[in-house]
Amino acid sequence: MRLSEKQWTLLILAALIALSPFFFPSSYYYRVGSLIFVNGLAVTGIVILTGYAGQISLGHAGFAGIGAYACALAPAHLGLHPALALVLGAAISGVLAFLVGRPILRLKGYYLAVASLGLGILVAMALANESWITGGPDGIKVADLGLRAVLKSQGLDLSNTEFWYAFTGLALLIGAWLALNLHDSPTGRALRALHGSEIAARTVGIDVARAKLAAFVISAVYASVSGSLLALQNRFITPDVAGYMHSIEMVTMAVLGGAGSVLGAIFGAGILTMLPQVLTVFAEYEQLMLGLVMMLVMIFMRQGLLPSVLRLIRGRGE
Amino acid sequence: MKFMNTIEKDSSRLNRKSSISGCFCIRFFRKTISGLRLDALALGALMASGFAGTSALADIRIGATVSETGPAAFLGDPEARTLRLLVEKINAAGGVNGEQLKLFLYDDGGDPNKARTFATRLVEDDEVQAIIGGTTTGTSMSIIPIAEEAEIPFISLAGAIEIIDPVKEWVFKTPHTDRMACEKIFADMKKQGYTKIGLISGTDGFGASMRKQCLDVVGGYGIEVVGDESYGPQDADMTPQLTNLKGKPGIQAILNPGFGQGPSIVTRNYAQLGIRLPLYQSHGVASDGFIALAGKDAAEGVRLPGTALLVAGLLPDGDPQKPVVTAYIEDYKGSHGTAPTTFGGYAHDALRIYVDAVKRAGSAEPAAVRDAIEATSGLVGTTGVVTYSPKDHLGLDLSAFRLLEIRNGSWALAE
Repeated sequence: MRLSEKQWTLLILAALIALSPFFFPSSYYYRVGSLIFVNGLAVTGIVILTGYAGQISLGHAGFAGIGAYACALAPAHLGLHPALALVLGAAISGVLAFLVGRPILRLKGYYLAVASLGLGILVAMALANESWITGGPDGIKVADLGLRAVLKSQGLDLSNTEFWYAFTGLALLIGAWLALNLHDSPTGRALRALHGSEIAARTVGIDVARAKLAAFVISAVYASVSGSLLALQNRFITPDVAGYMHSIEMVTMAVLGGAGSVLGAIFGAGILTMLPQVLTVFAEYEQLMLGLVMMLVMIFMRQGLLPSVLRLIRGRGE
Repeated sequence: MKFMNTIEKDSSRLNRKSSISGCFCIRFFRKTISGLRLDALALGALMASGFAGTSALADIRIGATVSETGPAAFLGDPEARTLRLLVEKINAAGGVNGEQLKLFLYDDGGDPNKARTFATRLVEDDEVQAIIGGTTTGTSMSIIPIAEEAEIPFISLAGAIEIIDPVKEWVFKTPHTDRMACEKIFADMKKQGYTKIGLISGTDGFGASMRKQCLDVVGGYGIEVVGDESYGPQDADMTPQLTNLKGKPGIQAILNPGFGQGPSIVTRNYAQLGIRLPLYQSHGVASDGFIALAGKDAAEGVRLPGTALLVAGLLPDGDPQKPVVTAYIEDYKGSHGTAPTTFGGYAHDALRIYVDAVKRAGSAEPAAVRDAIEATSGLVGTTGVVTYSPKDHLGLDLSAFRLLEIRNGSWALAE
């Protein structure tokens, strides 16, 4: 039986998630792993928006902030279970993305980048300044998800870092599976068509505005879930999660690894999450290195790191 | 010593794991790994004792994550320098209880998420026996769960009262709280007979938290807040807010809770607008950098609560803090060429408290050290005289704050 590209991608991803722990010298690596998965989830959303549909958002951290603060505030004020709070956050993010995206995405060009940039900054400002509810810039505590205790009562006693590694890894797999399914669905085809040429897509009967809106809403939900998972894992969240730099980081991760491919983007998330850990000795040069890597990728590997390398390997094989 | 600790830790891990019935391949593998590590460690211990022919002297492992870069760098940078400097000095003098200190220091850039990751790394990878750090309240709050879970002492360098209130078993802190700064300032205002004041605060973590604490306690001093303005941490001009405050009827003084560049700009604008009311700043700007940024003339007459460190030369000879702060200033000047700031002093005190506790506990075993830290009594630091108790993990009172006034471009005692 020959596996399709989608199956290959999922298989590789699952294997990486399941087998990496065999090489972990200490449980600190579980923490880094789960951070990669959380970032990878957000970046998968960027793949749908930027890689498939060719739209750019510079405010996705705003949605991550909404997801994160939903998990902090809804259990405390509405008595919701944190898992439902995650769903609520995703719903709010989706609705907000719909409301903002609907007028903006009727326009051609880079209006979405500007509008989302403003939206992200607004969310970050609201989280920092409305301290009577959000706890202000010093951050706020987040309720416990409680799943670990349930697993423990079932006889599976995982440490905190191990649990979050497994849980976020699973979330990433599901996220990647959905994104890959979308790729070959009618909506996915429509998105890729309009990425190539909006006019051509329109002439073959694609509702361009609607397709773009769908991509924006879906990617907002991805970012929101990633923010929620981060908040639930850290049990504490500050408005930094919605900060402008976090938005840029997401886009950078996607572009670095290869915005057109789910696996590539997750690869990019992995590199950029690990880099600060590896470079602790050169902490002051971190930005410099990041800029350099980014420049080199943009000049020599315009498709992103992973797709370019794959092409190189395949090219030799033929 | 250290080997024994690690072996104990590993074998307890082993025991915990073997009791689990659920099959999980990762667990199985880690079990094997810890087993291997145990062997390797035992081998290492044997070799060490065989080679050197002395008892294996291990290190006391101290972890630190501070904001050496990023928006809180002016706090974190002197903290990091101080920790490195003092550890070097203590080691050169023979270490603690005959063991050398080993410092694992990371820069979290003020990002709470990174701080949590580095704290995990310190606990899991570097296997430290205590954590010092958390330059900002946000980073401290994200380190707390890690330290609590690992059951090692954590001494925070951040201001907010939430860190130690309610008291957490493993968490201590060295700086004064915002609330105490407010109380010190309001006590002086009351003495001067001011009853109507204006607030202009930054919306950053420090400013927002201090504003809240000040509004909480202001009523107790018979003082009324007649104007309450704010500015963003990146704002470059505060004249509109100050003009607003100036126009409030009956206003007698203005207080500016904030840190970073904001208060310098407020102070400059204050002079430009020719406001004659007394201006109070917070302990967040208690460094020479503030006077330089605001300008000598604009800063003239500004009052703020600060620590003995800023006015070491002016302290009377009988002051218990005088020898401590003088020694620290000399050390710091000797290696960095500049005088240390209040913030470096926080790190200085944290390390002293830890080392003192290790000495009294006789070992670096975390639980024993925690108990010893809690029993710290009358320890003279740069920030004040520290006395912890099971109910008080701050250990300072108002007497540790000195009310300072800026005169002719330098600090003077106002009391």
